[in-house]
Amino acid sequence: MSNDRVGIIGIGQSAFQARRDDASYPDLVREAVVLAMNDAALEFDDIEAVVYSLSPDAMVGIGNAERLGVDAVGARNKRFLRINTGGATGISSVAAAYYHIASGACDVVLTAGADKVGECGDSQTVLNKIWDPTYERQLPLGTINMLGMSAIRYMHAYGLTEEDMALVTVKNRRQAALNPNAHLRRIVTVDDVLASRCIAWPIKLLDSCPQSSGGGAMVLASERFIKERKLEAVWITGLAHCSESYWLGDRMGKNPAADHADAFALGRSFQRAYKMAGITNPYEQVHVAELYAPFSNTEYHAIDAAGFCKPGESIGMLREGQFELGGKLPVNPSGGTLCTNAIAVTAMIRVAEIALQVWGRAGAHQAKGARVGIASGNGGDHQFFGTMVIEA
Amino acid sequence: MELMTRQETWNITYKHALGETASWFYAQVRDNAKIFGRRCAASGRVLVPPRSFSDQTLQPTTEWVEVGPGGRIETFTIVYEEFQNLPPPPYAFGYVLLDGADTALGGYFKGVDLKDSAKAAERLKIGTRIVTKFAEKRTGDVLDFWYEIA
Repeated sequence: MSNDRVGIIGIGQSAFQARRDDASYPDLVREAVVLAMNDAALEFDDIEAVVYSLSPDAMVGIGNAERLGVDAVGARNKRFLRINTGGATGISSVAAAYYHIASGACDVVLTAGADKVGECGDSQTVLNKIWDPTYERQLPLGTINMLGMSAIRYMHAYGLTEEDMALVTVKNRRQAALNPNAHLRRIVTVDDVLASRCIAWPIKLLDSCPQSSGGGAMVLASERFIKERKLEAVWITGLAHCSESYWLGDRMGKNPAADHADAFALGRSFQRAYKMAGITNPYEQVHVAELYAPFSNTEYHAIDAAGFCKPGESIGMLREGQFELGGKLPVNPSGGTLCTNAIAVTAMIRVAEIALQVWGRAGAHQAKGARVGIASGNGGDHQFFGTMVIEA
Repeated sequence: MELMTRQETWNITYKHALGETASWFYAQVRDNAKIFGRRCAASGRVLVPPRSFSDQTLQPTTEWVEVGPGGRIETFTIVYEEFQNLPPPPYAFGYVLLDGADTALGGYFKGVDLKDSAKAAERLKIGTRIVTKFAEKRTGDVLDFWYEIA
């Protein structure tokens, strides 16, 4: 059974919004679970284990909120564990569900979670607390300024401009406008982005993801179970993780092992996933990508890390329209993390959206003929990079 | 229907132990206005901020090495947005490779007019030489020092 493939058989996601005052936190988790279970058309008794997708507790303001979530995912009398790898949590949760099945321990596993980032008042206040209290928290580091400093190094290394950053937002908003579940769906122009207020140079308001509320859930099953029940599925054919060391200031200076401009370990994670899936030329063999990029500049180093080009060549290729829906290799056809960021499930939605794409079920934002897709999730400051290859 | 909310504030006080390495570092900052790194004997690299072990060689660091006060900017950002319970904007901070160090140390940049973001960014560009300045009254913290353009 350990040689069996693992398939995705059910997907549920909320229509993400700034706030969901109609739903408590467990209500929001429940919403996604019900959608995924209806999609899988299974009885709940078929679920043998639940992997709970929950990033820092302070974002929802409930310590160990997975405890409150046990009921929402129907985990009573089932195996249950929580995963937290920051922004990568969602893809790490799908990976944990995969490993339950690939190990032979279970045939059917649910992964689910939700976030209500809009309720925490200020996500940067929460995220400042992920930095070391000894040397760095005082500065004060946060995810926006940390990635602003990545943009500065990417600009220096490869000639990225503010306009190049704006072009990512313009592309992703146009694609989000086609996705009914995306949070920010208003189409914007390069001038709109450049004129929006500066948050942390060179990142402006419209270069930034929103603070979203909503849930996500997926049902995975063994190939044996899928064939026995004659279910529809798409397949996870490659998956991996890779980490970089902690210190931001070590990704610069003299002969760094990795540069803060890039996403070195994301590249290594993709190489591992590609090897498992038998992909040798991702630019030719991959048809669609959902790459975790919460700020416009980070889509470039994510594209580079996905192996679609040499570092920095993504700038020119994006200008040519290669990564647009309808282009050679659509990136973030859902609008991506830039348009929707419910942190606990954001990286799960990357996987879910790619599953929908290769299934041919992505609706108005479908990449035509996509049969092989990739997804990624980034957590911390370069510590947790998860990647997946999904095939029809 | 009317949808209701409940407001809560988390206010938790921690007293973080800094450990031997950071305690020695901050005593030097406080008492002598000097910045030190730790050398990894296995690689020869001087790690700033100092740590008790190298995350590359996984060997303990063995020697204190004074670095700076001069250095070059490796990256920066300028924050214009106000965040709850974080310092009032605008402020510029980033990372500097201090002379004698192999890795970069975070700190504020002061003495640069931040009103025009593009102009300020040009003054703080990568490679710009800086000098470390120390506060008159020092408590043993990262905020005891900052960088100014040399």
